[in-house]
Amino acid sequence: MSTPEAIAPGAPDLRSGPRKERIKDRAFRVAMLFCLAVALATLVALVAQVAVKGAGSLSGHFFTDYASSFPENAGIRAALLGTLWLMGVCAAFIIPVGVATAVYLEEYADGTKWWNRFIEVNIQNLAAVPSIIYGILGLAFLVRGPFGMGRVVLAGGLTLALLVLPVVIIAAREAIRAVPPSIREGSMALGATQWQTIWKQVLPAAVPGIATGVILALSRAIGETAPLILVGAPIFIAFDPTGLNSDFTVLPLQAFNWISQPQSEFKDLAAAAILVLLGVLLLMNALAIWLRNRYQQRW
Amino acid sequence: MSDRVDELSEEERHTEEERRQVGSGDGRRAATPEIHTAVRTSDAEHSRQARENVFELRDVGVAYSGKPAVAEVSMDIHRNDITALIGPSGCGKSTLLRSLNRMNDLIPTASVSGTVLYHDQDLYGPGVDPVEVRKRIGMVFQKPNPFPKSIKENVAFGPKILGMKDIEDRVERALKSAALWDEVKNRLDENAYGMSGGQQQRLCIARCLAVDPDVILMDEPCSALDPISTGKIEDLMMDLKERYSIVIVTHNMQQAARVSDRTAFLIVELDEEEARQGRLIEYDETEKIFTTPTDQRTEDYVSGKVG
Repeated sequence: MSTPEAIAPGAPDLRSGPRKERIKDRAFRVAMLFCLAVALATLVALVAQVAVKGAGSLSGHFFTDYASSFPENAGIRAALLGTLWLMGVCAAFIIPVGVATAVYLEEYADGTKWWNRFIEVNIQNLAAVPSIIYGILGLAFLVRGPFGMGRVVLAGGLTLALLVLPVVIIAAREAIRAVPPSIREGSMALGATQWQTIWKQVLPAAVPGIATGVILALSRAIGETAPLILVGAPIFIAFDPTGLNSDFTVLPLQAFNWISQPQSEFKDLAAAAILVLLGVLLLMNALAIWLRNRYQQRW
Repeated sequence: MSDRVDELSEEERHTEEERRQVGSGDGRRAATPEIHTAVRTSDAEHSRQARENVFELRDVGVAYSGKPAVAEVSMDIHRNDITALIGPSGCGKSTLLRSLNRMNDLIPTASVSGTVLYHDQDLYGPGVDPVEVRKRIGMVFQKPNPFPKSIKENVAFGPKILGMKDIEDRVERALKSAALWDEVKNRLDENAYGMSGGQQQRLCIARCLAVDPDVILMDEPCSALDPISTGKIEDLMMDLKERYSIVIVTHNMQQAARVSDRTAFLIVELDEEEARQGRLIEYDETEKIFTTPTDQRTEDYVSGKVG
């Protein structure tokens, strides 16, 4: 430690600045850590509470039994299968439509034209529309109205697909934009058409990003409850969904139903169903992260 | 002219046979370059008077959003020559190069004026398909841009999309022509991004050769490479010019002096409205440009008085 006398006259003083500034700096850091701790503690408390309540109900028959009015017999079989069906319908719709829209906007659309900018702005806005609005849309157009499908798997899946489509489009556009222009030029310079360039070079290079976006979109769809309540998905189902025209229920709806029952045993079942949902969600997010790390291309 | 243009665009795939027909319309093209044929043109045929032109530029200009980047360029580019375009930054030499295979079409704001004749056909004539143009006029870029695929797939991509046969043979021939085969033959299935910069650039040249082009355009192909890799690419160019015509843009005057047969010198000029645009000042045999240029500005540039 040098004393003030050790500094030669005229030499720059590199010792720390005013004490006040240092305290402010420290205080700000502590405040940020505190905010982080509050957020994390809430999450941990929630998960822990659900885990404690639900863990006891997780057993083999919980997965293989249908819903029942006797808590000891009740399971999530129909809801789990319904969720899987809905995710299938949802994926089958959002992957082609979302990727095609992203390709159009990134590769073909002339950004100086007002209609293309109009589409862009609206997609951004749609991503922020509350999910219940999509429920109303699904009810009015798919379940009743022009399509009149009834409250079936197809209607539920498409409602969720519309809900998460903007997310997929935005993610796919980012993935496509991340492919450097030099790849397109290299391909075109060989005599490839624009379509060959997109199909054989740009899309394969963008697949990891697109896949990540799709999985994250699906994991948002999987937890949605409000639009499906509005669509009128039945809550009590005691059979497997058999196809697109089958009645269905899903995990969040099942949990919602159990929680509203007066018996406390049902509340435990609801916690168990939430645990299963959380497990599926974590798996999907883990897959997305793995995909991103495994196939990420550094240019 | 339009008949010949139709012939070009209707042509199915550019096998050697078909390409010969396109070229022989005016009886000036004797044969078509092939990757594997031996030296076809003897030195005697290289006599300066009887040179055949691949490109004839007549008053060519390129503008971005209406602002000219390069203007009033007229020059003939000879077959089996290496033609260098040199000049200070912003003189439009890359822009000019990209107008020779219609890569400027990819930039929506770019527009080309004047006439670019390629084997006497107007490259920008009605009915000419830019895709057909680029099949015959390949390009190597400033920064190596291999596809994020294996080495083999990089070279095979062109032949595959053009529906060519014997892909494996073509890959091997192209890699050999690009003097890369011995270095990569045991790791053809590895990702091209694992190669060194110089190897990547030779891979890009191999990729270009695999589709049997007629002309290779090179846009500062060595500017991102070290001197040893640069030397390899220059040696390669000397080999390739026996079979291909090469036009190269370079910042490096020594490189132009080493490899090229003819050199075009462009500068940036300010027009009446103070807008910068590139102009062709002098175009002649490389030796003359570097020893006894006619224009003072050329001399100042090649002697290093101005940069």
